[in-house]
Amino acid sequence: MIDVQNVSLTLGGRSVLRDISLTLSERRIAIVGSNGSGKSSFARLLNGLHLPTDGQVLVDGLNSRSDGRKIRQSVGFVFQNPDNQIVFPIVEEDVAYGLKNHGLSPAEREAKVQNILQRYDLIGLRHQPSHTLSGGQKQLLAISGVLVMEPRYIVFDEPTTLLDLRNKLKVQQAIASLSQTAIVVTHDLDLVSDFDRVIVFDEGRVVADDHPDTALRRYIEAMQDA
Amino acid sequence: MLDLYQAGTSPVHMLKPGWKILCLAAVGSALFAVDHIGFSTAMLAATLVLYRIAGLPLSRAWGQIRPAVWVFGLIFAAQVIFNSWIIGLYVLIRLAVLLMLAGLLTLTTRSSDMIDGINAGLGPLRRIGVNPERVSLAISLTLRFIPVLSHVVHDVREAQRARGLDRNILSLAIPAIIRTIRMADEVSDAIDARGS
Repeated sequence: MIDVQNVSLTLGGRSVLRDISLTLSERRIAIVGSNGSGKSSFARLLNGLHLPTDGQVLVDGLNSRSDGRKIRQSVGFVFQNPDNQIVFPIVEEDVAYGLKNHGLSPAEREAKVQNILQRYDLIGLRHQPSHTLSGGQKQLLAISGVLVMEPRYIVFDEPTTLLDLRNKLKVQQAIASLSQTAIVVTHDLDLVSDFDRVIVFDEGRVVADDHPDTALRRYIEAMQDA
Repeated sequence: MLDLYQAGTSPVHMLKPGWKILCLAAVGSALFAVDHIGFSTAMLAATLVLYRIAGLPLSRAWGQIRPAVWVFGLIFAAQVIFNSWIIGLYVLIRLAVLLMLAGLLTLTTRSSDMIDGINAGLGPLRRIGVNPERVSLAISLTLRFIPVLSHVVHDVREAQRARGLDRNILSLAIPAIIRTIRMADEVSDAIDARGS
């Protein structure tokens, strides 16, 4: 369970989040909101990439302020642009990167890398340079690089924004098949229509937090009124 | 190293990267220390045999030299003018062996293994404050982001051309640098997020 307690965040002198308190325990949670509403900053709080200016973030009881490294092991993060997340030039090397950081032996790494590449249909591309992959394949590679570390929670920051429909559907399917808790920041309302919970951000505050039908209806109405 | 690696199980592939780098350095030094065309020619023949042992066609060996053919031409012409064609040929053989061996290293070594080799080689420098992991991560990121940055520059150039700014270096450089700096921030976050 991720517990966000009275969190405020100021970045570059600008107040980005204001007094947010949420408990995240559902299997599929969506964070939506207009540009600049604070949703991506909120996502970065969940695995300690940002630390709160006030309040605290607890992941299974671990505080992001003091246990950042442990939290990053249990909260994976998939960025909007996979090009910024893929660190190694070759597909299989990139997937193995996080495992290497966690001290797994070459044999353990090989088994896990093979398994995850098979799962996302990337096994035939394992020796391929990552820059030659399509947008969708890159996003699946980025997801594989995170999932191979077997995090308990995965945060996706606008995972389908740069993708065409076919690749979007692949990523959507990948998210749907996860056994872990997925927290998805997105503008893509179709993607989250069957989620367990939708949280709407506006100007750094939570303005709706409900089942998708209700929360998305309120969000759309608010955008039409603005 | 960007996309040259050819998967294989040959003895050349299996040799540890550290040894390959050491052999490359040793042969390179020997080529210049042993002043005999027979030795250089023997090294050329040995290099071509190594390509075959690695299961690579000789066209891959030629592929290492082809981009530098005009440099070879200039060097040969200079040697013919100032020395003799024999010395020109001798210099070209040395350069060709070096390029082909360096190519063989990258064709048969995964970049991660190469980086591990560099990491191990830099280990003793820890005593003087060098962090080998940081050096090897920097090398890896350089290899990874050369094509990405080339793509960024291409995107910016197209956008500027569409606005009629196709000859202005500042209009290309400034947006490309800004995008690169923004990208660097996110890459840094991504590395943190993956437990580095």
